[in-house]
Amino acid sequence: MAAWSDGRIIEKDQPTANTVRLRLHVDDRPHHLPGQHYILRLRAPDGYTAQRSYSLASDSDDPLLELLVERQPDGEVSEFLADVAEVGDVLELRGPIGRWFVWDTKARILCLVGGTGVVPAVAMARTARRLGRTDLLRIAAMGRSRDDLAYAAELERHGATLAFTRADADGRSAGPFTADELAPLVDGVDLGYVCGSARFASYAEDLLVACGLDPAAIRVERFGPTGD
Amino acid sequence: MPVTRGFHRRRPEPERGRLPPGQYDTGSSWPVLSAEATPHQPEESWTFSIDGLVESPHTWTWQELQALPGSTFFGDIHCVTTWSKLDTTFSGVSVDDLLAVARPDPAAAFVMAHSVTGYTTNLPLADVTGGRAWVVWSFDGKPLPRQHGGPLRLLVPHLYFWKSAKWLSRLELMAEDLPGFWEQNGYHDRGDPWREQRYQGDD
Repeated sequence: MAAWSDGRIIEKDQPTANTVRLRLHVDDRPHHLPGQHYILRLRAPDGYTAQRSYSLASDSDDPLLELLVERQPDGEVSEFLADVAEVGDVLELRGPIGRWFVWDTKARILCLVGGTGVVPAVAMARTARRLGRTDLLRIAAMGRSRDDLAYAAELERHGATLAFTRADADGRSAGPFTADELAPLVDGVDLGYVCGSARFASYAEDLLVACGLDPAAIRVERFGPTGD
Repeated sequence: MPVTRGFHRRRPEPERGRLPPGQYDTGSSWPVLSAEATPHQPEESWTFSIDGLVESPHTWTWQELQALPGSTFFGDIHCVTTWSKLDTTFSGVSVDDLLAVARPDPAAAFVMAHSVTGYTTNLPLADVTGGRAWVVWSFDGKPLPRQHGGPLRLLVPHLYFWKSAKWLSRLELMAEDLPGFWEQNGYHDRGDPWREQRYQGDD
């Protein structure tokens, strides 16, 4: 496991109202697989530290590490990254971490992702493109609306199917993916990858199973509170 | 280590000694983390077994578990993703009481906890004995929710919470340590939050 290293913020922007995208330079960074994450640690003058995990959106060959931070209500780390951190600041980073929610770039997979859970699917799509293996990867991404879904345009360029729960778009009525929409995407895949909030993940697992995917072929990355 | 420009503690300083290093108090929320799809097997057909290096391998039905002398844990739990949840209440049965039935072989030194999903996690036997581990089915006086491992999960609150396997079906006693699911995927074999044993290679 890698030790802590310094990452300098090179780019910062705001893809949606509620998210911030950071691109950081880390010296002598190890190779990573799409789906892996990094730990980011902040340190106060009194020695207090706070650390959180962020999935990588970037491909391993990208010269920078790319993270997407969703602003959490009263989020000690996310609000700092959104409101205080600036280009040029140095943050402590540790990674890459995780060997389960990763794509080996050989299996045929479907990513069913929601909200900021799109991030690992973005990394997988970028890696698939670099390797010329976009045929192995299908992505179904869900958000409230196009403006509210980070990476929506990039995911469409990668051939992803999008669904918006609160907005009609391109002739599709607002609402979550249905089994009819998803079944053709499930057909023929080896593994399903689910990433999103706890509520999204429960919905997505059930939908994949309803579309015929073996529960043992589903990998899940959930984040956030339960909402109950 | 460098101070992060502009970053200050925002949460009140916790009671001294309450939070392990690098953890924060998640308050009343309880994040859900799991690597696999949540199983939907009904509790009436649930069984729990202890086998491996024991003199008397034993399987309990759901009803038999409920009939055992109960045991309750009051205290804090710590997740490797850095949240801690304070003052939790879990009820079930002490692992000591279950092991007393199965009678560990003297050569047994480690345990592999198995879930119905295929999830596994390894622990030293010493970490699940001595009143420090439970098999639980209730949280705050109510049935343990599915997403939190219901109907049945292991509870080893003095270690990071991935050791407290959700949807528990079996404890397998072993002579040698073998890595479980997250332990094969980069996480620490023991996982003591007070020593910040998060990842393989941490002291």
